[in-house]
Amino acid sequence: MEGYFERIHLDVLKEIGNIGAGNAATALSSLINRTVQMTVPVVNIVSFDEMMMEVGGKDEVQAAVFVQATGDISGSMFFMVPPKEADLFTQMMIGEQSKTVSSGDELATSAFLELGNILTGSYLRALSDFTNLDVNQSVPHVAIDMVGAMLTQGLLEISVASDQAIMIETILHDIDGLDRELKGHFFLLPNPDAYATIFESLGVKPL
Amino acid sequence: MNQQVLEVVKVGIADFNIAKHPQTIMTAGLGSCVGLILYDNFSDIAGLIHVMLPDSTMARNKSFKEGKFADTGIKALIEQLEFKGVRKSSLKAKMAGGAQMFNVKSENEMMKIGFRNVEAVRKQLKQYNIPIVAEDVGGNRGRTVEFMIDESLLKIRTIQEGVTYI
Repeated sequence: MEGYFERIHLDVLKEIGNIGAGNAATALSSLINRTVQMTVPVVNIVSFDEMMMEVGGKDEVQAAVFVQATGDISGSMFFMVPPKEADLFTQMMIGEQSKTVSSGDELATSAFLELGNILTGSYLRALSDFTNLDVNQSVPHVAIDMVGAMLTQGLLEISVASDQAIMIETILHDIDGLDRELKGHFFLLPNPDAYATIFESLGVKPL
Repeated sequence: MNQQVLEVVKVGIADFNIAKHPQTIMTAGLGSCVGLILYDNFSDIAGLIHVMLPDSTMARNKSFKEGKFADTGIKALIEQLEFKGVRKSSLKAKMAGGAQMFNVKSENEMMKIGFRNVEAVRKQLKQYNIPIVAEDVGGNRGRTVEFMIDESLLKIRTIQEGVTYI
């Protein structure tokens, strides 16, 4: 897959990560009423195993919200954080210390699901605006489990065409007023067919 | 001191490998994927495959990792075991995985892939006349599995239930 991509294509994907996560950071900021920073997106062409290593290994436990994108651009998207950090996010939202995502509390879990829904939604809306393409977001789903087990769900469509995935990763961090580092990972995994559509729409010469 | 350094053969996603006792063989983070162990009671060798998709007819390219699909992967693993001197007719199977990690109610067949993977593995094993001795499939939990060759035991770890053996 790597051979077909030139520098400019990766730069375009990086810009998508930038705009998407930027929009999501703004949404998060207004949701929890604090400033939020984001890292420069990383675009990697990786094997499936390498991708899971990025998040700490296949049996590392994370809380994840998973949505599917359909329309002109199809693919999968994850918002992933360590369970303890999911607790911090939801405590800021519902102001309740005793209810936690990591203990499986229903209210906290549904707050986390809604958080993921809003963040992935703003990410995908920015992607849609930037490319002028139609992108619809599926109903969100939440799980707290092994990274490998969850991320595979987003790799199925890709795996019929390739042994590698293009991972657009952005991290939200440095959330104002917190004494500890809080990191949220976005993973956008476009389906193989999506790339030609994205590049064409942005006037980048096709692959 | 009678301490051995126990070596673990790690199998990646859509891949397969074999191990020889005292090695163990493991694969991590099975969701909808199926971890299938092929072993016998005579040799000290076992194979593990991390099946991702049911059938190689789904492949859109001619070149793909054999281990990705149940049909091509199980065939390749059996061949490798035979190459190491294991008799096909004595092979047995244990498997785990095939979960549905996200409770998606979708028309999209890809969302029910765990169930389809399990069915595809069963079909292949039936074709090769390999009995399934034990299994832990379905549900909505991720699994990490490790096979102890000398005891023919499959150790299964989940986040909620901890460790079980089949």
